[in-house]
Amino acid sequence: MVSFIFRRLISGVVVLFVVSTLTFFLLYFSATSVARNILGDTATPEQVLLKEAELGLDQPLVSRYFDWLGSVLRGDFGVSWFSSQPVVESILGRLPTTLSIVLVTIVIAAVLATLFGVFAAVRRGWVDRTLQIVSIGASAVPQFVVAIILVTVFAIGLRWLPATGYVPLSDGFSGWSASITLPIVALAIGTVASTAQQVRSAVISVLSRDYVRTLRSRGLAPTEILFRHVLRGAAPAGLTVLSLQFIGMLGGVVVIEQIFALPGLGFLALQSTTQGDMPVLMGVVVYIVIIVVVVNLLVDLAVGWLNPKARVS
Amino acid sequence: MTEPLAAPPKPLNPARSGVFRRLVQNPLGLAALIILAVVVLAGIVGPLVSPFAPNTADLVNALGAPGTAGHLLGTDSAGRDVFSRLLVGAQSTLLAAALAAIVALVVGLPAGLMAGYFGGWFDAVASWCTNVLMSLPAIIILLAASAALGRSVWISMTVFGVLMSPGIFRLTRTSVQAVRGELYVDAARVAGLSTASIIGRHILFVVRAPLIIQTSIVCGIAIAIQAALEFLGLGDPLTPTWGVMLNEGFINIYSSPILAVWPGVAISLTVGSFVVLGNALRDALEDSPKVKRARPIKLRAPQTESISVVDLAESDHLLSVSGLGVGYPQEDGSTKIVVSDVSFHVDRGEVLGIVGESGSGKSQTAFSILGLLPAEAEITRGNITFDGIPLVSAGQGPTGGHRLSQGRLAQLRGKRIAYIPQEPMSNLDPNFTIGYQLVRPLTKVLGLSKADARARALELLTIVGITNPQRTFDAYPHEVSGGMAQRVLIAGAVSCNPDLLIADEPTTALDVTVQAEVLDLLRDLQARFHMGVVLVTHNFGVVADLCDRVVVMQNGRVVESGDVRSILRNPQERYTQTLLSAMLEGKTPMTMLTMPVPDSDVKVGLS
Amino acid sequence: MNATPTGPNATGPNATGPNATGDLLRVDNLVVEYPGKGFRAAPFRALDHVSIRIGAGETLGLVGESGSGKTTLGRALLGLAPVSEGSVRFKGEDIGHAGRAKRRALSRDLQVVFQDPYTSLNPSMTVGDILAEPLTVQGRSPADARTRVREVLDQVGLPQDASGRLPREFSGGQRQRVAIARALVLSPKLIVCDEPVSALDLTTQARVLDLFLQIQRDTGVSYLFVSHDLDVVRHISHRVAVMYRGEIVEQGPAAQVTSDPEHPYTQRLLLASPVPDPDRQQVRRANRRRLIEAQAEQDVQAGVAA
Repeated sequence: MVSFIFRRLISGVVVLFVVSTLTFFLLYFSATSVARNILGDTATPEQVLLKEAELGLDQPLVSRYFDWLGSVLRGDFGVSWFSSQPVVESILGRLPTTLSIVLVTIVIAAVLATLFGVFAAVRRGWVDRTLQIVSIGASAVPQFVVAIILVTVFAIGLRWLPATGYVPLSDGFSGWSASITLPIVALAIGTVASTAQQVRSAVISVLSRDYVRTLRSRGLAPTEILFRHVLRGAAPAGLTVLSLQFIGMLGGVVVIEQIFALPGLGFLALQSTTQGDMPVLMGVVVYIVIIVVVVNLLVDLAVGWLNPKARVS
Repeated sequence: MTEPLAAPPKPLNPARSGVFRRLVQNPLGLAALIILAVVVLAGIVGPLVSPFAPNTADLVNALGAPGTAGHLLGTDSAGRDVFSRLLVGAQSTLLAAALAAIVALVVGLPAGLMAGYFGGWFDAVASWCTNVLMSLPAIIILLAASAALGRSVWISMTVFGVLMSPGIFRLTRTSVQAVRGELYVDAARVAGLSTASIIGRHILFVVRAPLIIQTSIVCGIAIAIQAALEFLGLGDPLTPTWGVMLNEGFINIYSSPILAVWPGVAISLTVGSFVVLGNALRDALEDSPKVKRARPIKLRAPQTESISVVDLAESDHLLSVSGLGVGYPQEDGSTKIVVSDVSFHVDRGEVLGIVGESGSGKSQTAFSILGLLPAEAEITRGNITFDGIPLVSAGQGPTGGHRLSQGRLAQLRGKRIAYIPQEPMSNLDPNFTIGYQLVRPLTKVLGLSKADARARALELLTIVGITNPQRTFDAYPHEVSGGMAQRVLIAGAVSCNPDLLIADEPTTALDVTVQAEVLDLLRDLQARFHMGVVLVTHNFGVVADLCDRVVVMQNGRVVESGDVRSILRNPQERYTQTLLSAMLEGKTPMTMLTMPVPDSDVKVGLS
Repeated sequence: MNATPTGPNATGPNATGPNATGDLLRVDNLVVEYPGKGFRAAPFRALDHVSIRIGAGETLGLVGESGSGKTTLGRALLGLAPVSEGSVRFKGEDIGHAGRAKRRALSRDLQVVFQDPYTSLNPSMTVGDILAEPLTVQGRSPADARTRVREVLDQVGLPQDASGRLPREFSGGQRQRVAIARALVLSPKLIVCDEPVSALDLTTQARVLDLFLQIQRDTGVSYLFVSHDLDVVRHISHRVAVMYRGEIVEQGPAAQVTSDPEHPYTQRLLLASPVPDPDRQQVRRANRRRLIEAQAEQDVQAGVAA
């Protein structure tokens, strides 16, 4: 088990390294007239050259890369080209917003998807058909369209919840929960529907295994078989889908945070993209890849714990 | 010599002509096809027929309601005609989706084919890249790409196509791997087909259907992502696209919420149609005979019904089955009968063999006694009585038909009736140790303490001839051999000292030498526990080894039954005679076993 | 069609096969190894110095339990398993490392029937296309191929209209006939039969075995007949080889190996197979128990001696 964890950890670090290196060269190779963009059209060529030297843009790309890598390993992601705020500071300031939305959504999705998926697999009939139809509907309407509908109906029309803005958890639970409810619902609808579908088919497939029949022949109670054996057999498939959904959500928050004007990581990503603020964008990418690597590692560990065969391979 | 053909002649290529028909018969599939046809038509002729130029501002009529001044769907904040912009937007939407799908296919398909067919280092590298691509949030990567490469829908859809290629890659790779292992591909290699021909003739054909489905889904996602990017302002603001329109609508959401509706509906309908089309295609391609929808599984074991004295009277056999019928209700309302009018009985300490070929209904009969028929099956008629307790009898159930009394069976299974399956490995849960799977029923069903159950389980493993019981107890199923796994299953079955043991082809999956050992074990256990045994098998040798009496089945009916010696030595029915004459034991080698077909008489005569 | 009865019928059903110079197939000291799983793992040796010979018109039965390597031997002849050491000679020519072109030429003489009639036929091709494929690979014209397909359908006892149908419309036994027809279509000299009757019911098995015998009588084809069932092998073979853990432990005339074997494993195998009569089976059971006790005793003595 220790070597299993170790190998996954190494592979995660390699992924992080490869992705951040590729992103670095992609972003900085194309970053040509940065200084002019920052200073505006009125700046003199001398001022532009000075700014470029200040930003280190006069150095060769490869040496800039190693400088960047060296600082990142020390935890320094540089400063924003536009606000001059340290990148780490602005990311850490926005991380709680994004994580509250994404983590709460994933917990809700896990619980609801398991409930609906197992229920549909076991009861079949109308429950099953309803799930099928709802999940087709949910996959048809893109998340951001759902978000717009929610804003229009619940915030603007009914005025039940705030349309925009984020209230930190430290300012009180009710304000915090009101501010993230609509974003979470927008993200959760599609996630629950498609995860429940996967849970359903995994449960159906495990239910048809020979060993389930043999367990029944031993006189074990149907609930015991369902919750101990069938759910455990179906869990790896469900976890894998959830981790993919989680990754998708880290992208989805870009749009959601825009619609609900939430100052999160996605907001920062979009802002730095439109401005061409490469150090910030780079920092966001690295942070997101770190989160992804950690989540994948946790899922691998969970699957290895659930399934003794996966531990060996 | 010629067997009757399985099915009457059908028209050529029934598979291919059927898919489209089934697709169109599915109302959702048909709706999706129609919507997509409309969108494609709008994409082609939209720019030609749109009533207004899509970018012509008309500030006088800004934010006009639908229908004002000839604007069918109203105007936006710059007074541009919404309907015209929708029509024109269809084109860029579809082209962008097509671009993403093509890139995904161009990247994913060849890589998947090569990785699946050749494996090795290419497979390892490609799979690793796929895993990396799949663990990246698409929108973040698209943001970085647009920051680096510029705001063009074509660039972002190319990048998105690459991000979607893992789906295509994985699908292709798994299909190819599955097909590559198929014997017909080996046969093609033996015939000397080149690798390219094998891929072209045998493999692409199999991958084709799932790829079409996946491509349809990729198109849907691409449209959603493209709209999202434009909504974020990362598209070309001068091109009228649905995403740009949605952004415009969202900006004016307080003053004119209707503006957001049109592009929202257009996007959702198109994305939804692609998704539905993918699903409908999948359903259309699955042409397995449809059984009536599965019934729910009961989570709570029903209470035991009170047993009336009348029920108890009937017989003094341990098990008696009379007039049993089992059927599978079909979607068209008919019922496919697999067992009809089967009757037999088993006494205490007696071994009854049920012999028959595949499709004879012997296993279905066994599962009826256990109450473990598949959820789709139902008992259509007959009675099953175990030790005077009716398990199935006439006139129960809400429909007035014949139903299984689940409550009584649940009380008996694992206490007085036990089961040994055919395939040892698939009948142990791979996620739990063998010890756990033995101990759990002992504590839960028989009420032993944990320590007692553990001791008993180890004792049982010793009884079934496992030399190192503790090691097997701690092992997971994949760590033991097939023969060992079958011994474990037998230990589990006899753990409750059952009165009746149902063994469904218990030695068929084993090697002959292991089969002999397991037969010895079954004989010893049967004597030790004085069990009645129902042994389902196709092997007359196994019957001769274990059984006291035999029931011969064919096509769901009992052909003949009686004492083992009289059936094996002096069969009365023609079918039993045919079966026994097909046995090779005692036959002169190199002679014909069956009557020759008429037209080959001459050749046989010559030799 | 090759109808010259060059087969065993000239020398009687229990012929011991032609002498070494007339061997159609000769395998010497064949070793097949698969790379081990994981880094630097020892390779898995599926076949360990296996030698067999098959003469024209002869059937060599190859019997063994699952994992004994009997299927691997057949696959190695067909170029479907890697030859690590030793030689495979067919008509005097070394084919152990034959390339694609040589395989294509070889497929005229060397064919195969697999165990599972469900996965050995492409489900999306019609029977006619399946049967014509080996012919078109050899460059035969479509019309030519159609004629030949009609002939083999007749030969295996399938109706002519089978050509236009898909494999799923046929029963297991009929599919196996299609697979046999595909093997026959090029009039080969040797057919590797890999457990061709194991997936079939008893009565179907009998009919398919008859078909194999009939075809050999008609065409003089040789078989390498792989099976786990000693009864099947005894019935159809001139000579029998017994495989155990990748090695051939015993080889000889069918009657001798299958009724009076020398190797302890073959002796156990013979007595393990139950006979369809309770009283005779009781005797066999007792014999088997005695044999196993005797063998265990020998093992103990051998252990003491060593």
